[in-house]
Amino acid sequence: MAIVIKNGRMIDPASGTDDGLDIVINGDRITDIGRNLAPAAADTVVDAAGCLVLPGLIDMHVHFREPGREDVETILGGSRVAAKSGFTSVVTMPNTQPVIDNQALVRFIIMEAAKGPINVFPAANITKGGKGEEIAEMGEIAGGGAVAFTDDGRPVMNSITMRRALEYSRMFNMPILTHSEDKSLADEGLMNEGLNSIRLGLKGIPNEAEEVMIARDILLTRLTGGRMHVCHVSSAGSVELVKRGKNDGINVTCETAPHYFSLTDDAVEKFLSMAKMNPPLRTEKDRRGIIEGLRSGVIDVIATDHAPHALFEKMQEMEYAPFGIVGLETSVPLIITELVRNNNFTYIQAFDKVTCNPARILKLDRGVLKVGGYADVTVINPDTKIIIDDSFFISRCKNMPFTGSELYGSVEHTICNGRPVYSRGQQVS
Amino acid sequence: MNSLNRKDLLDIESLSKEEILLICDTAKYFKDVFTRDIKSVPVLRGKTVCTLFYEPSTRTRLSFELAAKMLSANTINVPVTTSSVVKGESLIDTVRTLEAMKADYIVMRHAASLAPHFLSKNIKGSVINGGDGFHAHPTQALLDTYSILEKRGSLEGLHIGIIGDIKHSRVARCDVQAFTKLGARVTLCGPSTLLPDEFRQYGADITYNLDELLPELDVINMLRIQRERQKGSLFPSIREYHLLYALTEERFKKCKPDIIVMHPGPMNRGIELDDVVADCPNSIINEQVTNGVAVRMAIFYLLAGGKPLSEEETEGN
Repeated sequence: MAIVIKNGRMIDPASGTDDGLDIVINGDRITDIGRNLAPAAADTVVDAAGCLVLPGLIDMHVHFREPGREDVETILGGSRVAAKSGFTSVVTMPNTQPVIDNQALVRFIIMEAAKGPINVFPAANITKGGKGEEIAEMGEIAGGGAVAFTDDGRPVMNSITMRRALEYSRMFNMPILTHSEDKSLADEGLMNEGLNSIRLGLKGIPNEAEEVMIARDILLTRLTGGRMHVCHVSSAGSVELVKRGKNDGINVTCETAPHYFSLTDDAVEKFLSMAKMNPPLRTEKDRRGIIEGLRSGVIDVIATDHAPHALFEKMQEMEYAPFGIVGLETSVPLIITELVRNNNFTYIQAFDKVTCNPARILKLDRGVLKVGGYADVTVINPDTKIIIDDSFFISRCKNMPFTGSELYGSVEHTICNGRPVYSRGQQVS
Repeated sequence: MNSLNRKDLLDIESLSKEEILLICDTAKYFKDVFTRDIKSVPVLRGKTVCTLFYEPSTRTRLSFELAAKMLSANTINVPVTTSSVVKGESLIDTVRTLEAMKADYIVMRHAASLAPHFLSKNIKGSVINGGDGFHAHPTQALLDTYSILEKRGSLEGLHIGIIGDIKHSRVARCDVQAFTKLGARVTLCGPSTLLPDEFRQYGADITYNLDELLPELDVINMLRIQRERQKGSLFPSIREYHLLYALTEERFKKCKPDIIVMHPGPMNRGIELDDVVADCPNSIINEQVTNGVAVRMAIFYLLAGGKPLSEEETEGN
């Protein structure tokens, strides 16, 4: 009994395909791709008329808060939110409580994730305890199923530690995901440094706090021959640095998040702590720089930095509220609205950032539609208009600065490893 | 201009020139009330004003409390160090408790910028900002404006200098906005580490040289310098700060003879301002405190829906 996805517009960024093709799924694999494929009587037919049929989306930067803050989000709960948002694979960040700095904890995440609907690939810490001092047991961790190393949430401030991490991780061919922030330059800032921070009397974080560290780590990557991937790039200057690094043949890639191409620090006055994230929302010049970086391909990946927080923690004075917003559920609508509709990206240009590009960086056999490949498929109606309010979310946490936004693009079906895990309006599993 | 048609008073930025003038005109009437023998009027009879100060303050809290009392309001002060805030209660919950006790006006001071804005979005009662972080201190700016108006009749064409730590000053932010809205020319002066270029957005000029600026000024407002700033390498020492930016007796000689000297208090005598200057006839520092009460009475009156008071009423009373 197969699943046949019919009448859709199949977009496969890896092969550059944008065509009216049907897909047949048997077991956990795609078994046929072609024009007007006829389903057998017993087959399940998914009618994708008017929809895009994409490889299951990959979000390489989420916080699921387990272990430690299961009151906020869990691996299972986060996985369901991801399925509803069109994602069949996510990479969980290791800054949990305790942090994921050893193989046992990596295995715990994989074990918990097996109960959920989608693929969860853990990232593990670069350093023991995420303290930025001594490198973690990367060899054993790599063998345990982690896909990347990162101290995300905190920078590795110590340059020699970062040098060693880039050198040592080469043995396992795993990327170091950098949280690029010079803590002393950030100086406990709460928002972007500029006109708005001066006006609002909030301590600012200059672009340079991010750029100084990206520059340092690009140079260290050149020195060591390691592999680095910059997380959540927010400034136009950062895009320029990565571009130069790539032009120089250095092994650097980077990601940005949907809020950095959708919003500027003008949102802070209205949304206060709901618009507080690290790195902060920047200026219009930066937002344009991010969009052009995505268009040219200097920015390889869009990842959400999905960061749920309890309402009582966010509903505080700006200064006391934690950094971070939820991003999974608004990701597809923001990509379609801001990149495809407002900035004329092709679907391939927009969606390679959440399919084949992250798969390439993480060496995953996912993010592609091909016969014999894993049957991870996402069906999206790009024309559905949605209004963002609390009722739009299934996530327990709704901390984000998009309330009231009118966006386009609805996830209609998510299929992971051949299993339907979400159909619009109903969670399948 | 009828009345202040707003629930809260949070900043100067959102006030129009007309609203600022309305508050100052009304304050003139209340200053008469306040400086006569029987000092109360029944404007806020039966209303409750709650002062909630998350930062130490003597003059601002007392000034609000006195203003409310003279308008016949019931006043309660929440001493934050002894309340449930110490037990970890959130700002929202604390204020909802006050609302449940039917507080009509919440006057709040808070070390975190935008805390009053956050509050005003989430509660029904009136919020009056008694100073938030580095952001705003609107009643101080209004009393500064009133004090200059009282002396000069208008701010149009006056050159006003604000000296000191501009970056971390909620008073400077609000003063610049109020003074420029009323047509004054404002120059900000202080060490470059404490004087971001972004302040030009308000139409203010910027200089690092106090000695060159002094002879041009009609009004000088000296800000308090916080000793803690030295730790962040924002200036090397109090000694050097004094050397470059204090209004000393020597420097004062360069000023116009009728210059108005102001300070929002509390003063660091001998640091930003010499004794002789603080106590000279040009100084209106103590009068600013008196005017503060009148301005806050006017704000309560207008937020309560009070109509503009005509000249005859002023004289008749």
